[in-house]
Amino acid sequence: MRVSIRSEQAPQLPADHVDRPVDEPTNPRLSVSGWARWAWRQLTSMRTALVLLLLLAVAAIPGSLIPQRSSDPNGVIQFDKTNPGWMWAVDLLQLHDVFGSVWFSAIYLLLFASLIGCVIPRIRHHLTALLAPPPATPRNLSRLPAHTRRVLPDTPPGAVLDAAEKALRRQRYRTRRVRGDDGRDSVAAERGYLRETGNLLFHVALLAVLVVVGVGGGFRFTGQRVLVEGQTFASTRIAYDSFTAGRFITDTQIPTFSLTLDRFRVDYVLDNVNALGMPKTFDAQVTTTTGGTRQASSIRVNEPLSVAGTDIYLLGNGYAPTLTVRNPAGKIVFRDTVPFLPQDANLTSLGIVKVPDGLAEQVGLVGMLYPTRATTASGAFASSYPDLLDPVVTFNVYVGDLGLNTGVPVSVYALDTSTLTQIAGRGTPTPALQLVPGTPVPLPDGLGTIELGPIPRFASLEIAADPTQTPTLIAAVAAMAGLALSLFVPRRRLWVRTTTGRDGGTVLEVAGLARGDDPRLQPTVDTLATRLTPTPTPLRGGSDDPVP
Amino acid sequence: MTPFLDALSLLLVYSTIAIYAAAFVAYTLHLARRASTPAVPVTARVPATAGATSTTDPDLAGTPTAPDTDTAPAAAAPGADGGAGKAARVGFALTVLGWVFHLAGVVLRGVAADRVPWANMFEFSLTGTALIIATFLAVSLRVRLAYLGSAVLGLTVLLLGVATVSFYVPVVPLMPALQSGWLVIHVLVALLATAFFGLAFLVSLTYLLTTRRRGLPSRLTRLRDSLPGPEDLDRLAYRLTIVGFILWTFTLIAGAIWAGRAWGRFWGWDVKEVWTFIIWVLYAGYLHATATRGWAGTRAAWLCIVGFAAVLFNFGVVNVFFTGLHSYSGL
Repeated sequence: MRVSIRSEQAPQLPADHVDRPVDEPTNPRLSVSGWARWAWRQLTSMRTALVLLLLLAVAAIPGSLIPQRSSDPNGVIQFDKTNPGWMWAVDLLQLHDVFGSVWFSAIYLLLFASLIGCVIPRIRHHLTALLAPPPATPRNLSRLPAHTRRVLPDTPPGAVLDAAEKALRRQRYRTRRVRGDDGRDSVAAERGYLRETGNLLFHVALLAVLVVVGVGGGFRFTGQRVLVEGQTFASTRIAYDSFTAGRFITDTQIPTFSLTLDRFRVDYVLDNVNALGMPKTFDAQVTTTTGGTRQASSIRVNEPLSVAGTDIYLLGNGYAPTLTVRNPAGKIVFRDTVPFLPQDANLTSLGIVKVPDGLAEQVGLVGMLYPTRATTASGAFASSYPDLLDPVVTFNVYVGDLGLNTGVPVSVYALDTSTLTQIAGRGTPTPALQLVPGTPVPLPDGLGTIELGPIPRFASLEIAADPTQTPTLIAAVAAMAGLALSLFVPRRRLWVRTTTGRDGGTVLEVAGLARGDDPRLQPTVDTLATRLTPTPTPLRGGSDDPVP
Repeated sequence: MTPFLDALSLLLVYSTIAIYAAAFVAYTLHLARRASTPAVPVTARVPATAGATSTTDPDLAGTPTAPDTDTAPAAAAPGADGGAGKAARVGFALTVLGWVFHLAGVVLRGVAADRVPWANMFEFSLTGTALIIATFLAVSLRVRLAYLGSAVLGLTVLLLGVATVSFYVPVVPLMPALQSGWLVIHVLVALLATAFFGLAFLVSLTYLLTTRRRGLPSRLTRLRDSLPGPEDLDRLAYRLTIVGFILWTFTLIAGAIWAGRAWGRFWGWDVKEVWTFIIWVLYAGYLHATATRGWAGTRAAWLCIVGFAAVLFNFGVVNVFFTGLHSYSGL
């Protein structure tokens, strides 16, 4: 028996205990409750727990190979597009939600059921053991895994046992004086109850993590919001671009505050040729208003801002060019800052503009922003630096029904071009529009003009409240503490017995037994025996040794 | 100044690889000598004195629990072992020398970057291998490990070589996502855990060799008979793994705390999180296996090996080829 995370044997049995043969000659007939008990015993056996653990590890693998809705929604869309033939399997096996799937849940719920079934009787056992005195001295100490024997010619047996008891108590052993049936006196001692305590703490704390995360999900909410420099948003459910809340969260629990993105500052590396243009700092400088109090603060990647019981995290950023569309008469039909989503490290960014009203037709534009224009060998644009040194925006132009009136929600970051007609850009006679700040460019077919204005930055923020964080952390730390105790505290029983030898001298026997792996068992036994053996000082007769 | 220190660090790393390669040769010679010398009968084994725990020579150091497990009798009868003890001592000395170069290379890389030297694949490998050797040397002070030297040095030369050739990137500052105190602790502890798991992996492989009764060529049989007994190897693998497991548990918790600070959630089944979880569960399985009848021994050793394979996969494949939030390979 090595670790005692679980023991197939009752905890009170010594490590060298051998079970009776399991297979009886005739199997007894089992009643329904008998079968239930059999099933429960199977479930709570160590072997089952081990198999479930390994199954859990294997079951988690598909969650890393196939994009998950929770961690990689864009990957999910991409995967479904490229593997349409596999959709039936993906849907059937919930492969985009592996960690919430029926089969994954079944494994960990069985595992935890098995754990509960194992831990409860062990807690009972351990409580008994904590109250019980150390077990009586075995008849034959030399059979134990660690054993030593010394002959002490001049020392009375009782004095040796007194000294042994004292020394063991000082080393925080629980001791007990035993008189055997045969009249031989001994000291029984045990230490390391913390090993089992830690082990149980570990398993109970893991259960606590599961419960806190499972139940606590209902009290959690997160909302995302893209905010362009200069914009303000007031926290209400509808103000978020996306919002996820647990079932116990009502609208009144969403804290009310407003937040203005004053400036988004980015510092670039300028003094290292290998990292030129790499961002050094992202700093969202914001003003928050809660209950009439205004406060300026800043949000950085590893430094969220706490406002009104929520934390605000900086998740991303990019450019939001100001675009103005006018009809042929010069009247403004569209004017907004449009967040463009970054596609690479030099912030080549993709943006969608939809102009539903005011022109002869509905117009959709798919644009690319190059913050610092560079031209590749093939003549295409690229961005060579992430800052706005020489910005240019190109647009492919589409006309037709933008699909905004069907009642189906449509992403502002996507344009379904299947129902539209392209009138400018690659694949059409008209080249893509090229815009630099301040110069209006005519739209094809005399539809009007489009003008690129200032290019502010946007920050993508996540607002989250998670009351489970602290309890989860406490449980996790408790689990780790318990684990350390259960792996490193030695659980040890020692016995010291004295007998009177044939020549009248005292024979000292020290023996030890450990639960689990214990590299220091034999050395401990030897050291104790040596301590109890007075150093021979033949001429003086006296000794400094505490043992008389 | 930075490019100069970076170049100097790289030069030290190349030197380290050369010295480690020499140490690998010495340790391999040691194994060859052991395999060519008939195993010393049990009665002739030299009992090491219990408590001699701080000798630096691996072949002199005894382990209190396994006093007569390593049969290389170098200490008692110099020369009688066909030079096996000498080769091991040369290997050990070269490993220490190489590690001094290695450490200097790691420190200079950190000085050049003006931050901790573990922020991209090259640096993870550089520091991680230094920790593997440090762990090997530290364990050598307590237990005879000369038989493992060849495997440890071989693995290290391989990892460090691949890192230098394929993963090297010049010093660059930290991206905003990595600017956190957690980088120092989370990654360092993960690397240290990897070092312990790596040693446990090699010990488990050795264990499997010692439990093979039949079908070995005669030289391997002699080598097997000169190795510590399966029980001692099993116990050593277990002790290394429990240290690694505690460190890995800490890595997981520290990573969750950092994720909570940086991304607003402490667990989100990101690819790297999934694999960290898988590794944790595999080693938890190993710990249970060592206490389960029918699983203790060979099957547990296989779990230890599978666990480290998952660690290597998490490091070498997930970091480089998977897309997720942990895209810090710098490649």
